[in-house]
Amino acid sequence: MSLSERVSRLRQDSLDARPTVSSERAELITEFYERADGVLSAPVRRALAFKHLLENKAVCILSGELIVGERGPAPKATPTYPEVCCHSLEDLEVLDSREKIPFAVEPETRAVFRDRLIPFWKGRSLRELIFERMTEEWKAAYEAGIFTEFMEQRAPGHTVLDDKIYRKGFLDLKDDIRRSLASLDWLNDPSALNKQEELEAMAICCDALITFAERHAALAREQAEREGDPLRKAELERIGEVCDRVPAYAPRDFWEALQYYWFVHLGVITELNTWDAFNPGHLDRHLYPFYREGLAAGTLTQERACELLQCLWIKFNNQPAPPKVGITAEESATYTDFAQINTGGVMEDGSDGVNEVTYLILDVIEEMRLLQPSSSVQLSKKNPDRYLKRAARIIRTGFGQPSVFNADLIVQELVRQGKSLEDARNGGSSGCVEVGAFGKENYNLTGYFNMPKVFEITLNNGVDPRTGKTIGIETGDPASFASYEELMEAYRSQLCHFIDIKHRGNNVIERLWAAHMPTPFLSVLIDDCIRSGLDYHDGGARYNTSYIQGVGLGTLTDCATAIKYHVFDEKTFSMAELLEALRSDFEDNDRMRQLLVNRTPKYGNDDDYADSVMTRLFEAYFDAVDGRPNTKSGTYHINLLPTTCHIYFGSVVGASPDGRNAWQPLSEGVSPVQGADRQGPTAALRSVAKMDHARTGGTLLNQKLTPGLLDGEEGLDKFVHLVRAYFKLDGHHIQFNVVDAETLRAAQQNPEAHRDLIVRVAGYSDYFCDLSEALQDEIIARTEHQSY
Amino acid sequence: MGSPSPIDRHLRRLRQDRLLSTGTIFDIKKFAIHDGPGVRTTVFFKGCPLGCWLCHNPESQSFEPELMIRDGRCTRCGDCVEACAQDAVSLNGDSVRIDRGRCDQCGACADVCVAEAIEVAGRDVTVAEVMVELEKDVVYYDESGGGVTVSGGEPFAQPDFLLELLKACKSRGIETAVDTCGHVAPHLFRSVAEHVDLFLYDLKVIDDERHREFTGVGVESIHENLRWLAETNRGVIVRFPLLPGVNDDEANIHSVGEFLSSLANRPRVDILPYHKAGADKYGRLDREPRLPDTEPPSEEEVAGVARRLSDFSLNVTVRGESL
Repeated sequence: MSLSERVSRLRQDSLDARPTVSSERAELITEFYERADGVLSAPVRRALAFKHLLENKAVCILSGELIVGERGPAPKATPTYPEVCCHSLEDLEVLDSREKIPFAVEPETRAVFRDRLIPFWKGRSLRELIFERMTEEWKAAYEAGIFTEFMEQRAPGHTVLDDKIYRKGFLDLKDDIRRSLASLDWLNDPSALNKQEELEAMAICCDALITFAERHAALAREQAEREGDPLRKAELERIGEVCDRVPAYAPRDFWEALQYYWFVHLGVITELNTWDAFNPGHLDRHLYPFYREGLAAGTLTQERACELLQCLWIKFNNQPAPPKVGITAEESATYTDFAQINTGGVMEDGSDGVNEVTYLILDVIEEMRLLQPSSSVQLSKKNPDRYLKRAARIIRTGFGQPSVFNADLIVQELVRQGKSLEDARNGGSSGCVEVGAFGKENYNLTGYFNMPKVFEITLNNGVDPRTGKTIGIETGDPASFASYEELMEAYRSQLCHFIDIKHRGNNVIERLWAAHMPTPFLSVLIDDCIRSGLDYHDGGARYNTSYIQGVGLGTLTDCATAIKYHVFDEKTFSMAELLEALRSDFEDNDRMRQLLVNRTPKYGNDDDYADSVMTRLFEAYFDAVDGRPNTKSGTYHINLLPTTCHIYFGSVVGASPDGRNAWQPLSEGVSPVQGADRQGPTAALRSVAKMDHARTGGTLLNQKLTPGLLDGEEGLDKFVHLVRAYFKLDGHHIQFNVVDAETLRAAQQNPEAHRDLIVRVAGYSDYFCDLSEALQDEIIARTEHQSY
Repeated sequence: MGSPSPIDRHLRRLRQDRLLSTGTIFDIKKFAIHDGPGVRTTVFFKGCPLGCWLCHNPESQSFEPELMIRDGRCTRCGDCVEACAQDAVSLNGDSVRIDRGRCDQCGACADVCVAEAIEVAGRDVTVAEVMVELEKDVVYYDESGGGVTVSGGEPFAQPDFLLELLKACKSRGIETAVDTCGHVAPHLFRSVAEHVDLFLYDLKVIDDERHREFTGVGVESIHENLRWLAETNRGVIVRFPLLPGVNDDEANIHSVGEFLSSLANRPRVDILPYHKAGADKYGRLDREPRLPDTEPPSEEEVAGVARRLSDFSLNVTVRGESL
């Protein structure tokens, strides 16, 4: 199938559009807050703000579009959220001028920030309030690079939609809200008033989204009247009808279903800058009934369905992730906003979830080759191999999508966390690799956690050697440790100390969001907020999970293994000698570094010596985090993913016992240290599978494969075997970079000629040339499992 | 007399199972996906009775362990010079040199070389030790219909070790393949064959005289063993390494086609075009390759050879892929 002229043009326009900072939303929200001081409750204030935005923001319908609506006034005109965090003039300067991931900032935009936005929001933004409330020890750990904080400048998001919008219009949802209001227990429930405010806020948001659609309907009719081309005129009239229908009423056909989703998506990402972007989840199973009925009734063709999907893809690509402020730019420097469309998996009744639309979506992914949305293959043992092979044909082109998830294990993970089996089967993965019960869960990543840094502090008896400050607890001089067990005990103590700090901070931040920045629109969409009358940020969702994402398990394992092996078992050198070498970054002791790199068991080689160290460290992290309560009647769990944070975290960790030089990147996800896995992919996968993935909420494994490896039908078969075997061993996720190092080096030297090169970074794909040089180097260094 | 210790019992069992039989190998390669069906683990035996020009694993030829030098890794620390009792090691330019005349292959220099610039190709292992590695990937064999491939060198050149290894695999339900040059005494070949699920059988040059020139041995047993495999309808894939200037001439291609089409059940023939991946290993061994300037054949040439062999009504594949 080839792209229609329309789609080719819209796609090219999307690729060509320059990301800019738009002040539209910031100005509207400021205008609203200037006038809205006073007696409003927090949820109603937020609902009226949402209404003000959707009633007044510019609406546009671009030439040839079938799916309409933009978050900003134009494609890639990216809003800011000053009520959460307001960009400084320096931030704008950096965004405008930085080499990677720039956002153009026009002089007028700068002037608006300088004259109006910055003065108004100074002292009012939630971010300032959050930092005010953090303790000194929290700030010390944060500044040392022990952890990052997701909720300080983006809203807790991390949720995905289920099938409800394909069954219910927003008028139906308003009925649900009305019923919930009617059933408030004013005699026994002390929160009845709060719930009333929340529910009324939700109803305001429902109307606001309907109004937003009506504005598009009106614009479409206006454009239709002026349109000379009869074909386009008819399309515009149809767009008008679609926007009249959805989201007020349930969709009747494929087109309406897609447009409905897109309005909902725009609502969520306009209300707040949720992290990660919202997404429709299992799009194939949601659309399949519309597809089947459309084909049977003769109102839809496969080509039309494909074109409509392609138009939706372009819409996703038009919305870059909102630019961040301050140091976290390094954490995740990308335009992608982590909307991950799921395909396949198992249905609610446990049956095979692959259908015709699944393959249609894979076609769209292959033909569109866009950065956004991201996509994943949810692979159950019940899904046919041809589904995985179809995906592998895309993966081997070097596009980096889709990534592959173990659908059966995800069900197991979710059920272990307390979800019902049905909710688990309707769940999947989102963002990078994190699991959730779609439409029913607030599963909130709260920040990355630098495990090797904690180990470094353990080796320094509580002191951060980079700054000389004592930020940990005194767990003893490691040179005095008589056994590896003592070292492990000290590490566990430091780990719990820092997790306590993070947990306490999270508790405060979660309450600040609930109190000051409720999200009534998102609450309409996620069960059981309407039934409970509680906001999404306040425990309204059926399931509420907080995650702390461990980073650097590979590096940590190789560090601990090296000490166990050389200091305690083989007695190659003493702890004191090792610490001395680390302090000098191995200067004058390259022999020790070589010994640590080359003559030490390493995680990733199916060697139980190192792998058993890994499983203990995994258990230590699990024990430190899993089961803690959050403030939303939910629970903490772990996942192991870095996005690009392993680069930032590495930059604060000095030379480490695995032979890593100071300030170099850490290992990413659950992958072995870059280059340490020397026994090929089967051994690496076996090593990684030795941790109990079922007790995580997601692990990220990167494997780089050179293109030749997947050549031909036989290559595809081998790929299928490798993935199926890893999943048989209960691996959670695997993604492939199918490129050779030579190509990558060429791209590094001559980015102009390789602008199209998309690589899998860490749970997502990005344009290779947009990555920092350090990240580029690291991807090149990742072990190439070339086989001949 | 007390009862035997657990270790004694264990050793006795291993001896009974003949798992202590030892052999010399130079590599165990996992995720081998071009050495037979499915995902395999390939064990490379060291030592070969042939001395083929353009051998892409020169370290596989000698039966003795050999030192290999990787210049780029040398840090010039000098530990190897200290370690050598024969005064055979010296620093030289950016790297290290070994006087192969003095060297007694003891490996002391490699032991101390933490930068891994000096490596020993070849180590003695027991069947039990090999089985530990092979067992690790059973999940992949199960999933893919793969198994173990024994390659080399020439596996049959260490017949006892080969036999014990194959038996150990079969007793654990692991499928076996053997990659052989076929230069094996027929009675020996036949006695081992019952433990082999698939032969990967190299056929290079048909003419006896030219075969002697190119490999150092004649073709008689090679042809006989292949003919027997075909007649008894055992699993066999003939591998024809396409070596420019050695065996890619019209006459040899014709003879190969004729010979294979004369065999019972006409085995599949897989063309393996020459590649240069092994070329720099000669330098690491301080050896000069024969025909150092050989370039890989073009895809057109490969396709041409494949077509000519197909004309003999043979099932022809290139690098395992159907045409």
